[in-house]
Amino acid sequence: MKLKKIAKHVGALGIACGLTIASFSAAAADTIKVGVLHSLSGTMAISETTLKDTMLMLIEEQNKKGGLLGKKLEAVVVDPASNWPLFAEKTRELLTKDKVAAIFGCWTSVSRKSVLPVIEELNGVLFYPVQYEGEESSRNVFYTGAAPNQQAIPAVDYLMKEMKVKRWVLAGTDYVYPRTTNKILEAYLMAKGVAKEDIMINYTPFGHSDWQNIVSDIKRFGSAGKKTAVVSTINGDANVPFYRELGNQKVTAEDIPVVAFSVGEEELSGIDTKPLVGHLAAWNYFMSEDNTANAAFIKQWKAFIKNPKRVTNDPMEAHYIGFNMWVKAVEKAGTTDTDKVVDAIIGVEAPNLTGGISKMLPNHHITKPVLIGEIQEDGQFLTVSQTDGLVPGDAWSDYLEGSKDLESDWIKLKCGNYNTKTKKCLGAAAQ
Amino acid sequence: MRNPMQLFGRWQVQLILLLSLCCPVSIFAQDADTTASTTEAASDTTPAETPAVTEPEFDTLVKALTQGSLPKRAQTAKKLGKLEDHRVAGIIAALQQGNLYAEKSSDPIVAIVDNSGNYVDAISGEKIAADAAESLKRVPINNTMRTQLRTVLAALNLNDKNAAVRLDAVNRMIADGVDDDIIALLQERQKTEPDDDVRTAITAAVALMNLQSSEQQVRLDAIQILRGSLQQEVRTALLEIATNDADVKVKQQAQFALDSIEDRIAAFRLTENIFFGLSLGSVLLLSAIGLAITFGVMGVINMAHGELMMIGAYVTWVVQQVFPNHIAYSLMIAIPAAFIVAGLVGIAIERGVIRFLYGRPLETLLATFGISLILQQAARSIFSPLNRAVELPEWMSGSLVINPVLSITYNRLYIFIFGLLVFFALLVILKKTSLGLKVRAVSQNRAMARAVGVRASWVDAMTFGLGSGIAGIAGVALSQLTNVGPNLGQAYIIDSFMVVVFGGVGNLWGTLVGAMGLGIINKFLEPYAGAVLAKVLVLVLLILFIQKRPKGIFPQKGRAAAD
Repeated sequence: MKLKKIAKHVGALGIACGLTIASFSAAAADTIKVGVLHSLSGTMAISETTLKDTMLMLIEEQNKKGGLLGKKLEAVVVDPASNWPLFAEKTRELLTKDKVAAIFGCWTSVSRKSVLPVIEELNGVLFYPVQYEGEESSRNVFYTGAAPNQQAIPAVDYLMKEMKVKRWVLAGTDYVYPRTTNKILEAYLMAKGVAKEDIMINYTPFGHSDWQNIVSDIKRFGSAGKKTAVVSTINGDANVPFYRELGNQKVTAEDIPVVAFSVGEEELSGIDTKPLVGHLAAWNYFMSEDNTANAAFIKQWKAFIKNPKRVTNDPMEAHYIGFNMWVKAVEKAGTTDTDKVVDAIIGVEAPNLTGGISKMLPNHHITKPVLIGEIQEDGQFLTVSQTDGLVPGDAWSDYLEGSKDLESDWIKLKCGNYNTKTKKCLGAAAQ
Repeated sequence: MRNPMQLFGRWQVQLILLLSLCCPVSIFAQDADTTASTTEAASDTTPAETPAVTEPEFDTLVKALTQGSLPKRAQTAKKLGKLEDHRVAGIIAALQQGNLYAEKSSDPIVAIVDNSGNYVDAISGEKIAADAAESLKRVPINNTMRTQLRTVLAALNLNDKNAAVRLDAVNRMIADGVDDDIIALLQERQKTEPDDDVRTAITAAVALMNLQSSEQQVRLDAIQILRGSLQQEVRTALLEIATNDADVKVKQQAQFALDSIEDRIAAFRLTENIFFGLSLGSVLLLSAIGLAITFGVMGVINMAHGELMMIGAYVTWVVQQVFPNHIAYSLMIAIPAAFIVAGLVGIAIERGVIRFLYGRPLETLLATFGISLILQQAARSIFSPLNRAVELPEWMSGSLVINPVLSITYNRLYIFIFGLLVFFALLVILKKTSLGLKVRAVSQNRAMARAVGVRASWVDAMTFGLGSGIAGIAGVALSQLTNVGPNLGQAYIIDSFMVVVFGGVGNLWGTLVGAMGLGIINKFLEPYAGAVLAKVLVLVLLILFIQKRPKGIFPQKGRAAAD
């Protein structure tokens, strides 16, 4: 009982700290404010601080070009401290107190789910830059990361077709993104004729570090004479001990390749990459992409962060696309008013960093190319497969019961979860 | 007569041990040898000894190997593999391991990077100056190509003069699938093969091929030979025969062979699981043992214990940054360094905060929790919130292969041994030294200890410093297993308290038994319950156990337990 009290006090302290940080940012009135909602402390700080810096860079760049609608942009940075309820509070603060025109933020799905009711109630705009499990489409949220059909499904297709994989290990951290993604993948694999006993599903807690027997199980599962691959939705931190154990138990990428959805350049920069060489990752962007837009972006980033060794990654690109789309939509609408921007942004096109042009779709997802890359010793990826064109993001998976009949279209249907069978919009009730 | 295959596993171990002795010798012996010779870690083979016979075909192939599309280059590698040139194996091994560098041009310089980071021209064998090497880029390869190269390499290595390399080559061929060409190659080799193990492996490969034979007797003989082999390809092949063979007798024999293999595997699996449990236990032991001192002996609830481990892990990283060329020895420096740094931080915490709060556990808990947050944020500010990459020294990576189904990873093995060493060292300190005597005296009866002239506050600081220093050492071990980042400590703090409470507060032996017990229980529950549920179950079991025996496995007895 006493512990609970202590926890409360600590929580209050955290909130107080956050408030003081936020109050610094209230400044001149004749600017357009942009909220940056990324954790700068706590577990997720490892991934999210980079995105905060990316946003500051993009805003600075836009101001150099003369701002937006004749006004300067002003970043309002808040720290939700990897604390999911705090994400909601900070969102409320950004929308009511700072009156920001748009928010760029969140990483984990649970933080997005926490922000969702607030952003809908106060009619704000959120750009969410991370690959996620889908099964959501809100009028107030724009999903610039990959939906499952833009990452997981093409990766599995690659393994199935190019590497002739017959047996599958779906390994993930125990939370909503891996669970939903694996549910979709399992349904997809079964639909492709993979037998149930050829699929092994395994969940581990956040930050799991003792992988000995799981890797040993994977090895055994892979020794049945059929080509085996691991589809990993293991979250950031737990990956290092996982790959290390794979390396130590001599599971090489040639024998049992691991394709990961959460391991990017940023994560690799904190890992001794030797045991990972040859394992795969699926993203919509790699730093190693060879084109002028990407080269310029990397150069700008390194100069901004004042560190020539820093890397770029997929969620950064998602913010780059999302921010440029928002800028174009505001220019098109001539105002930052949420209702007008939400309507104006559909169909807006912005260049991505893989040499193509991404487009905002009526379901608030964007079109992206899907790249499969092999990890190289320098922590970069060698692209081994790329989809022919851009893949449009699908909010509701076609492989899940209850989700395959749903459709999202905020232009024609004005609905995020329209059931094509019953011809009804489920509305907020479904979420 | 005993079946040769049954000895396969045991021989392999002996061979590996023997080999580790032979390695330096074999490198010296290379000069005399005219055939191509490469070891698995082959980048150190020096093509420098080669007489510079410039064959135009060799040159063009090596250069073509580094340019153009991957499938084209894979073809080139195959052609190169057929050339009888002793430089070939070195080049292909370098390419396979990502040690081959080249320029981007139609007539590139191709270089191999050896273990010490020197660039050596792959064709002429001359050293390339560092500034000239700047334009060289690593030749990219992908998995498909790596696999193909592995096969090419296996064929080349079949004539290696090192028996272990030959054995690897044969096993690799078995794993990649045997066909008539390979069997012919292997049988050719068997005629001249001096090494028993390699001959046995070749026999197995031939038997594996014979399983597909159309004659019943040939298949039966093959099954006899393969009985007892633990190699997974053998199992797969036997399973295929046992389920699908047209002949009933063959089917039956295959099933028998398979059953006996499965029995052996089950026994090895049990051994493996026990080792996994002990290994997890040793990690728990390392992280809990410092706490056993500060919490167990002194009674201080130190929530910053995890952060002291984090400090130890960061010290390892700093040591590796300071001596980037001596990764192999970095742990030897990091262990005392981490002990001192974490110990000093511990003493500072004790002198600065905890000594004012003795006898007030709730306030100590809060204050140390605050310290843990401060230390975490300090790590974020100093080292950045990103994890730092601590390299695994060569001798810590890889695994001890006992047989195809049982192998023990070196890092876990060393950490197990290290955990026990630290435990016994601490035991000696507490039982045999003057400091230990004073520590025990103060913890048992503070007033009496002071009365006989023990400086109680000095002993407090030293004890806390000792406990913290050991947490630092645990951090060094953890840096070899998991992420080095600001959150490292949080992951272990709960487990550490669990172990100390389970084992019995104030009893080091209890901590040992508690850690190993929890480790083994956890690993035996995991296969049935999954990693998440296993943790929950262990916690529930622990709570029930504490209900029954509130003072842990080894409760303190006598006057020490008076409070």
